[in-house]
Amino acid sequence: MERIRDVLRHNIRQYGMLFALIAIMLIFQILTGGILLRPINVSRLIFQNSYILILAIGMMLCILTGGHIDLSVGSIVAMVSASSALFSVKLGLPVPLSIFLSLIVGLLAGMWQGFWIAFVKIPPFIVTLAGMLIFNGVNNIILSGKTVLLPQLYITIASDSIPDFIGSGGKLHLSTIVIGIICSALYIIMELFSRAKKKKFGYDAGSDQLFIAKIIVIALVINLFTYWLARANGLTYAVILLVVLIVIYSFITNKTVAGRHIYALGGNAKAAELSGINIKRVMFWVYANMGFLAAIAGIVFAGRLNSASPTAGDGFELDTIAACFIGGASASGGVGTIIGAIIGGFIMGIMNNGMSIMGISTFWQSIIKGLVTIFAVAFDVYSKSKAKVA
Amino acid sequence: MSEIILDMKNITKVFPGVKALDNVNLKVKRGEIHALVGENGAGKSTLMNVLSGIYPFGTYSGDVFFEGKKCEFKSVRDSEKAGIAIIHQELALNPYMTIAENIFLCNERSKYGIINWDRTNQEAKKLISKVGLKEKHSTLVMDIGVGKQQLVEIAKALSKDVRLLILDEPTAALNDRDSDNLLNLLLELNQQGLTCIIISHKIHEVTRIADQITIIRDGMIVETLVNGVDEFSENRIIKGMVGRELVNRFPPREKVNIGEIGFEVKDWVVYDPLDDDRMRIKNVSFNVRKGEVVGIAGLMGAGRTELVMSLFGRAYGKKISGTILKDGKKLLLKTVSEAISEGMAYATEDRKTAGLILIDDIRRNITLPRLDKVSKNSVINESLEVKAAEEQRKKLNIKSSGVYQKTGNLSGGNQQKVVLSKWIFSEPDVLFLDEPTRGIDVGAKYEIYTIINQLASQGKCIVVISSELPEILGICDRIYIMNEGSIVGEMSKEAASPEKIMKCILTSTSNRS
Repeated sequence: MERIRDVLRHNIRQYGMLFALIAIMLIFQILTGGILLRPINVSRLIFQNSYILILAIGMMLCILTGGHIDLSVGSIVAMVSASSALFSVKLGLPVPLSIFLSLIVGLLAGMWQGFWIAFVKIPPFIVTLAGMLIFNGVNNIILSGKTVLLPQLYITIASDSIPDFIGSGGKLHLSTIVIGIICSALYIIMELFSRAKKKKFGYDAGSDQLFIAKIIVIALVINLFTYWLARANGLTYAVILLVVLIVIYSFITNKTVAGRHIYALGGNAKAAELSGINIKRVMFWVYANMGFLAAIAGIVFAGRLNSASPTAGDGFELDTIAACFIGGASASGGVGTIIGAIIGGFIMGIMNNGMSIMGISTFWQSIIKGLVTIFAVAFDVYSKSKAKVA
Repeated sequence: MSEIILDMKNITKVFPGVKALDNVNLKVKRGEIHALVGENGAGKSTLMNVLSGIYPFGTYSGDVFFEGKKCEFKSVRDSEKAGIAIIHQELALNPYMTIAENIFLCNERSKYGIINWDRTNQEAKKLISKVGLKEKHSTLVMDIGVGKQQLVEIAKALSKDVRLLILDEPTAALNDRDSDNLLNLLLELNQQGLTCIIISHKIHEVTRIADQITIIRDGMIVETLVNGVDEFSENRIIKGMVGRELVNRFPPREKVNIGEIGFEVKDWVVYDPLDDDRMRIKNVSFNVRKGEVVGIAGLMGAGRTELVMSLFGRAYGKKISGTILKDGKKLLLKTVSEAISEGMAYATEDRKTAGLILIDDIRRNITLPRLDKVSKNSVINESLEVKAAEEQRKKLNIKSSGVYQKTGNLSGGNQQKVVLSKWIFSEPDVLFLDEPTRGIDVGAKYEIYTIINQLASQGKCIVVISSELPEILGICDRIYIMNEGSIVGEMSKEAASPEKIMKCILTSTSNRS
């Protein structure tokens, strides 16, 4: 019991956000008369938010470096979808090649900003504000202000489900369920492995009951999720892409030297520098990475709209930044997790989706989202001042 | 001349864990220049902060009487209203505003909130000529030198109808000519009836202008010397400043076998990163033997921190030149991480702002400089990491609930131990320890001295910077004395004494002026 309380106290923010997500989910489930959690709506909800979630992963890294934000992500999304149109439609290149080139475009945009931020030491706010204007202009020049239809493969990436290779299981999408089972099995194996390793080093790895309860709950959640999707259209490529990105970036932030350097920089830049961390390099790659992830989001978004449009990506940066702060990022840097950003993104997404179902006007939606963001950050400030007293 | 303008009675000020002022009594006569001298941390600035309301009434005990009236200042504004102005060591001017704007900042010549620029400029011109400043009122403060900025500060104080002016180290950042001008100005203003309290380390300046000198040590007044009555010599003052009894505060330093020279610096020159023309480190050469603890003594601002930081992978400074030799091999270090991988370590003087990541736990702080030791292909092995951190925690006796405790919640002494273990974990051959015991209690100090001894006995080269002379004398085998960016003396432990070191510093300053 002591231990559970201890764990809870140490991770109160993280768990707090998870509880907030569940609470908001339940509230809207009731308010929408059960529509919110219908399989088809869950599938749509993820589909609608996948690009914001992808952006939130990169944005979280930017915020970790010291509360810095990237205002240009929406413009990079637009520029990348425009350059996809340029490569695949105007130049007639094969789609895989044009996707590859578009990713390079996003990466270069990120490196351009990283250069000014890291090496010329211009504040990120200003660099990315300028980037927002520049990339938006580039987008409009490429498209000449017109909307361009994209080839089918883009749409497949954004919205199609994986083939049901096991054959039709009637209403259920069987291969989705199989993937769910495989993933949960992999998860359990990995957890057992790391626990064995901890024990080998002679550390208290926590009680067995708690451990078993934890892996059972998570395995159940995974399978419930895939079962739910299987009742709709099944697992989409976009969801797989999102999950893969979450896993990779969680690994980078938690387990690698690079991730540790990002946290250290945000926690205390001076101490980090005097511990031998190359601050410039970290800043450069965090922003270059943001450009790269914005490019991935851009391709998914273009596929969802089935086209490249001059107004694509409008306001994405704001939703993304809000998602990170709602998800527990500290406005002064050094605190926050990838999972937190995803939870924050889902809170935003469920609010958007739920309020739309309820027919609340977009003006009120905007007000409510703004208030939630303020309260989330106020909670962060409050809990920090409490921590100082303790 | 005999009227008492300021009378501070039984002032006691306690910070958590430290008694900064202990029953201090200070009397200042109207129309005199009263000097306050003492070592770093003796309590001079604290006393002046009590007087000027920076530490508001109620946070200290004792009474302050100014011009016969009892004062209960709650802020600097209150003390200024009463006629007391303080000029801090770090100037508080806005560099992007003009001289006139700065003089009347927060005291604008205005009506209904609208500034009367004619009056502002006219009065500014008068004040500018009064302090002997040869600049136009419309010049930006960023365009004039520190010496002139100091004059602007004085003009600003005069604009407030001040009757008691406090100057905290006014000449610390000035060159000799500017210092001279400033002192002459003070004497002139004094002739016109202004009372001054001046805090200074430069004894020769103090003896030149002061009517009375009060010596303060460890939060207590030692004595007040009166010009013309008492002996006003540097020797006398130095003895008062440092003369304390040394009790057994240091672990015995065994006669370990000190080896050959392990680390050597030759002709090290560093310029100020913000000012290309200002040489901060002037041709410094020194060496450290293996197993030896070498101290660098000096006053604040002597350039000791700048010296070691510039050595530590150029973490400070510009236009750096000179040679670093480690085990006779020449090192070319461009970054901190290169310095770390060459076996150097630097524990910063300020553990909170530059030493630790306070929001992170003990484990993450300890492994930060050498994550490669607990990772493979850039992936951190957390079990290995926890094990390594736990080892350090036990070895240095860091009192905490475990390696997952946040460093921000530790006491100062334990935080300092985390800083040390972080650098011990990096397995250095050369350790620079900058003020390793600042702000921690006597017991923790003793433990840290013991750790330093252990490190030395392992054959590491250790350089300790400390502003506390007894500490330097207690733990070091050899002492370099630094002043104004140069090494001005070297003494063996046996030959050194606080008086000699202080004298060495002060004479080197005097020689320049």
